[in-house]
Amino acid sequence: MDSNATTNKLLDENKSFLDKPGTGWMLKVVALVVIFCVGLYALFLQVTKGHLITGMRDHVVWGVYIVNFVFILGLSYAGALIAGIFHLGRVRWAKPIQRILKLITVFSLIIGPFYILLCLGRPERLFYLFLHPRIQSPIIWDVIAIVTDLIFCTVYMYFTYIKDFALLRDNSARLNMPNWRAKLYKFLAVGYQNTPKQAKLLNQALDILAAIIIPTTIIAYSLLAWLFGMNLKVGWNSSIFAPFFVLSAVYSGVALLILIMWIYRKTQKLEKVFTDNHFVYLGFALMVLSLFYGYFYFSEYITDWYNMQKTYGLLWGKYLDFSQYGIPFVTSIFLITFLPAIIIGIPWFRTVKSIVFTSVAVLVGLWLARYLMIVPVLETPYLPIQDVRSDWVHYSATWIEWSLSLAGIALFVLFFVLMSKLAPIIPVAEMEEDLEYEEEVKLDVSLKPKGA
Amino acid sequence: MSEKVNMEDSSKSTNSRRDFLKKGSALGIIAASGAAVLAGNQGTKTSGEKIKVLTTDGKMIEVDKPVDNCEIQPCTPAKGEAARQGIPGRSFVMVIDLAKCKNARKCVEGCQKGHDLLPDQEFMKVHLMKDNPEAEPYWFPKNCFHCDNPPCVKVCPVGATFKRTDNIVLVDADACIGCKFCVSACPYSARIFNWTDKESYSDNDPNYSPETSVPGQHGTVSKCDFCPDRAREGKLPDCATSCPMGAIYFGDKNEDAVTNGEETLRFKQLIKDRIGYRYLEELGTEPNVYYLPPIDRMFPYERGFSSLSEEQQEVMKNSIKSK
Repeated sequence: MDSNATTNKLLDENKSFLDKPGTGWMLKVVALVVIFCVGLYALFLQVTKGHLITGMRDHVVWGVYIVNFVFILGLSYAGALIAGIFHLGRVRWAKPIQRILKLITVFSLIIGPFYILLCLGRPERLFYLFLHPRIQSPIIWDVIAIVTDLIFCTVYMYFTYIKDFALLRDNSARLNMPNWRAKLYKFLAVGYQNTPKQAKLLNQALDILAAIIIPTTIIAYSLLAWLFGMNLKVGWNSSIFAPFFVLSAVYSGVALLILIMWIYRKTQKLEKVFTDNHFVYLGFALMVLSLFYGYFYFSEYITDWYNMQKTYGLLWGKYLDFSQYGIPFVTSIFLITFLPAIIIGIPWFRTVKSIVFTSVAVLVGLWLARYLMIVPVLETPYLPIQDVRSDWVHYSATWIEWSLSLAGIALFVLFFVLMSKLAPIIPVAEMEEDLEYEEEVKLDVSLKPKGA
Repeated sequence: MSEKVNMEDSSKSTNSRRDFLKKGSALGIIAASGAAVLAGNQGTKTSGEKIKVLTTDGKMIEVDKPVDNCEIQPCTPAKGEAARQGIPGRSFVMVIDLAKCKNARKCVEGCQKGHDLLPDQEFMKVHLMKDNPEAEPYWFPKNCFHCDNPPCVKVCPVGATFKRTDNIVLVDADACIGCKFCVSACPYSARIFNWTDKESYSDNDPNYSPETSVPGQHGTVSKCDFCPDRAREGKLPDCATSCPMGAIYFGDKNEDAVTNGEETLRFKQLIKDRIGYRYLEELGTEPNVYYLPPIDRMFPYERGFSSLSEEQQEVMKNSIKSK
């Protein structure tokens, strides 16, 4: 491959992935593995002792697991959707963030489905889903959607790595890579030499994949929404659910992207790649999405609230009751629909740190919003729950569920930590064509003036 | 604890039941024992014996007594694929007379005994309902409604729960993956999950039949099965036979007859005359359990508290307070 000087320079600037793992890195990995193993222990207990050791009961049959499932798959679909749109739109400033988006997509697509498996009373019978599937069931829709999406997104991610693997293979001698790395890159680069014919084919393939992934993810997340929307349940049986899910997925994806970008910028000193303007751009996206979300939220609730059908009245009463779900309800609405507009919308508050802070707040708020969308609804069936066992009436997750939730986050971070040792976190070869991107991203909008 | 009270109640109730029967005869009592209705008139074979029945216009006639049903249909519970078919020609239906229910909870206990359930596992639940702020509360026994348009069957990803030709919705525990989607899909909260393992539970048991729901399996969903195994033997479901008030009628829509074991009524006429209704009709699930409205009740609802612990009473009272 014709590795020109600028590409090499960019590669040299981002070759920290080749560094020998230091103690700090090892400690990080060990800590993550330990958190993950605690989760495995919790899983072991759940499988051997039964689901009674979780907070799940006959009314709230799913709880935190399904909240995580919806939340994590949302991140994944968002990653794919945003990456596809940026790619097809040839958004040049977005090139450095493309790889992070694809990693978010694939990692969360791998981790998310495990949470639905945790809801299964008989996980060892999972293969029945493939043995006697019933296409009428929204669960089968989800299985098809997730499998399809995982295949396309993994292929898409791999294809975007090929040019970099080729570049690394060609530079393996110059950068004094160990032998195994040279061999690995040679294998992974599948003989890509950047000939005009190869380059044309690869670019076409990426375009086609991006075009496939955009509708696939929208369909997949709508199908996930219908897992709830198709139920005859007050609070779920709503036609707005599918678009609402897609919107909140994109929203959470942008928030996570900002957070991960910031972590890499801090830890790998990537200020030149992930510029302030990237944060401003994505911050604006976050703000616009927050307003859309507020609009969806409002239309979803106002229509039900205005008529106040009996069972809905009970549900609404729980949302507004500060001894029940009032505090999380108000918190999540504030974090999701107001905070971004305040912090990012007003220039005086707008800094990289505040944008990152908002992203974290949005992620927390969106998780809470999903919890509120699922648990109180399950606690409010048509027939009153007249049970003396309070855990049968009110769901409250146990340490089993929390530790398995943490295990999922740990695994997600671990995937990132390991994958950043394989190749640069930015698509180096892709960016060679756009090295002057720094000029391009200069905008009229800016951060809070220094010292203001 | 409620034994004594029940004894009292049932002696008192005999009178009122007699009144009810007088009223009932005008509604068109057709005849005979509950077993005769359930045994089904297949029309092909007779036992040669004659039994006396009362026609709708009040004449006593003699008809052939149906043969032991086992010759036409096996009396043993169906297993595997056969359990998915349903008993041919039957269309099971249940009618619960809310005017008679006094929350004796015998239906709950009878069902638990018949299905090897723990005290806190209830296929049949008795709720205390209050329809509006002015109305008097009433007791509302609720099992699975065996809907004709069952939301639970729709959402099952593996076909572990199914609708049969005889109206019954069953769960095959051998096929259930325990995803609990059906539990959340049921608008009547009729389904329960087997949260803990029990000694009597067993996987892939040769004696297991979805018609009996026994032995249960840990980590799967179960619910009221309408006792088709008992129907095959010409018996009423456990709940119906356990009810001291005869509030639960079970029968066959095709034969247009339901019985509580003591009296047998024409199903259509009963629903017509007593304005029988189905709970949450507007959901379109087409239940096969009908309720007779709790008017002219035999007991004040407070009597039902005697079978509950103080804690349970508190929960029930709080629950209707918000109405």
